[in-house]
Amino acid sequence: MATTTEAEQVTPVGEDSSWYERLKHNRNWLGFLFMVPAAAILLVFLAYPLGLGVWLGFTDVKVGRPGQFVGFDNYAWLLEDDVFWLSVFNTFLYTVVASIFKFAIGLWLAVLLNRHMPFKSFLRAIVLLPFIVPTVLSALAFWWIYDSQDSVISWTLIEMGLIERPIDFLGDPNNARASVIVANIWRGIPFVAITLLAGLQTISPSLYEAATIDGANEWQRFWRITLPLLTPIIAVVMTFSVLFTFTDFQLIWVMTRGGPINATHLMATLSYQRAIIGGSLGEGAAIATAMIPFLLAAILFSYFGLQRRKWQQGGVDD
Amino acid sequence: MASVDIRNVRKSFGTTEVLHGIDVSVPDQSFTVLVGPSGCGKSTLLRMIAGLEEISSGDIEIGGRVVNKMPPKQRDIAMVFQNYALYPHMKVFDNMAFSLKLAKVAPDLINRKVSEAAEVLNLTEYLDRYPRQLSGGQRQRVAMGRAIVRDPQVFLFDEPLSNLDAKLRVQMRTEIKELHQRLSSTSIYVTHDQIEAMTMADQIVVMRDGIIEQIGAPLELYDRPHNTFVAGFIGSPAMNIIQGRMRLEDGKASFQVNDEIEMPLDEARGVANGADVLLGVRPEHWTFTNGQAGVPLDVSVVEPTGADTLVVCKLDGHEVLASFKERYEFAPGERIRLTPSPGNIHLFDAATRERL
Ligand SMILES: Nc1ncnc2c1ncn2[C@@H]1O[C@H](COP(=O)(O)OP(=O)(O)OP(=O)(O)O)[C@@H](O)[C@H]1O
Ligand SMILES: [Mg+2]
Repeated sequence: MATTTEAEQVTPVGEDSSWYERLKHNRNWLGFLFMVPAAAILLVFLAYPLGLGVWLGFTDVKVGRPGQFVGFDNYAWLLEDDVFWLSVFNTFLYTVVASIFKFAIGLWLAVLLNRHMPFKSFLRAIVLLPFIVPTVLSALAFWWIYDSQDSVISWTLIEMGLIERPIDFLGDPNNARASVIVANIWRGIPFVAITLLAGLQTISPSLYEAATIDGANEWQRFWRITLPLLTPIIAVVMTFSVLFTFTDFQLIWVMTRGGPINATHLMATLSYQRAIIGGSLGEGAAIATAMIPFLLAAILFSYFGLQRRKWQQGGVDD
Repeated sequence: MASVDIRNVRKSFGTTEVLHGIDVSVPDQSFTVLVGPSGCGKSTLLRMIAGLEEISSGDIEIGGRVVNKMPPKQRDIAMVFQNYALYPHMKVFDNMAFSLKLAKVAPDLINRKVSEAAEVLNLTEYLDRYPRQLSGGQRQRVAMGRAIVRDPQVFLFDEPLSNLDAKLRVQMRTEIKELHQRLSSTSIYVTHDQIEAMTMADQIVVMRDGIIEQIGAPLELYDRPHNTFVAGFIGSPAMNIIQGRMRLEDGKASFQVNDEIEMPLDEARGVANGADVLLGVRPEHWTFTNGQAGVPLDVSVVEPTGADTLVVCKLDGHEVLASFKERYEFAPGERIRLTPSPGNIHLFDAATRERL
């Protein structure tokens, strides 16, 4: 506030010339001014597309043809649409199963990598690999691994005499679901593992020593020290992981395009298929918009349920 | 309760040996302090007793049992860490109850033990708080509480007070000592602070660079340090060590600083005439003679602390410290004469730096 008074003393405040001068020194106005660029960017690049998408969901716009407002018609149709409901089921199955495995394997890897062992940094780099490879490339690799004739897995199993003919990984609905989930897990583990590893490294080794002296075995140290201290980070990591999985598109699109018989269609792929391939922008947008409540729920759940712990609050020191 | 015996214990990290054969015997119910400069291996030795570090060679016995291969849990020890190592996600009560819960002690017994310990440590009203919500001193007490609920045979402390401010440190020092007298449990306490060692210990172990320099009761170390290292380490301000030469004449021994300055000694302690020796006098053992007798010193700085007057002087170009109960008002540059009080002169071999 000191600046305001100084400015007023320096500049004699006239009746008419003053509005600009006054604005120039008004805290709120200046604050607003400084916020404008950021707000504009957010509005133009985040809110506008989102708003546009939601709006499209209420119209019958087709590619190349302007449509008109149709209210909830798109949603009404979707409610009747078995393929839509199948995609919702698939999305949940995909997200839940993949997230559970990513969490379990990621945490296990993080704990292993946190141990003192030879070639530690080399192993950590290896774990990051699936993350570094472009998604499309890894999807193609899986596509080849899952090939109905030349799959390495089938080939190995046949050579070992365990099966007689190649497994139809992507041709059978349930096989296809399992296959894309496995691919997603493979792709998602590095993020979970490396982030949890970073979390593990913030836990002071003396806590483990104290627990050892208190009589805790390795298992008890994990359950009573590691896991509770890691929950805030687990919450953040798993929120992101769930969001990424729920909205996954690339892996599925490259490997199955949602087939066979829509068995691997997720909401994202179905939306794309209807909107861009099928040209029904309005319907596609409605499917995509339908994902928003689930995503919001996931975020709120982690924010309120897991992230903030009482023992992290209070006390200003250290 | 139990005694702890450490016999010819060595420790190497990779190829570097950091403990070179340690022998200490900690009597039952004693309060033994391991003291020494940073990096001398005190923590390493303590952690070996706790079972947190492997023993490279030698034996550690607790209560007559060799514990070399025993996991910490079975050693019946408790340890207080320098950073307290409180479990941040557990309330004070659960921090203290953790070991008992793991040992499947009955809940009402846990309750009783924890509240007893909390009472002793004045923690009763904080049992429901998280460690973050406590002050440094309170956290320190929780760490102690966690140790005492277990009723262990041996308490191990690794610099438990070094994170506290000076005043609190003095207060906690007393509390730990009181607690020890009350529980009369064997305690091994690591510190690099010689005052802590002097005030708390029954027995002090002075270490340097992985070896033991001297073991003894506090006043024994103060009165008869075995070498110049212990002489300089124990006591504050540190002992003055003055270089000079032994002179024997007509059966009378004296210590020669240079051609002019000489101090009479009561005996030669087996030193040959002309041999190089080091003479040690504690600052508090100088007496101001107010006359012609004594060593001439040039005052450079006078530091009154209220209780004592510290006088920094120069003797033949070397700094010498004197501390008086009296409030002398010397002027800088003034020449004064001091004599060491009888029976408080220490002599050390100039080459081996061992006591003569
Ligand atoms: N895990 C380790 N690996 C290698 N060297 C170590 C390890 N732990 C300790 N050392 C070395 O052993 C020596 C003794 O260390 P220690 O921690 O016992 O010292 P200290 O006497 O407790 O010192 P301080 O007063 O600073 O705590 C040091 O030189 C240290 O560098
Ligand atoms: Mg130490």
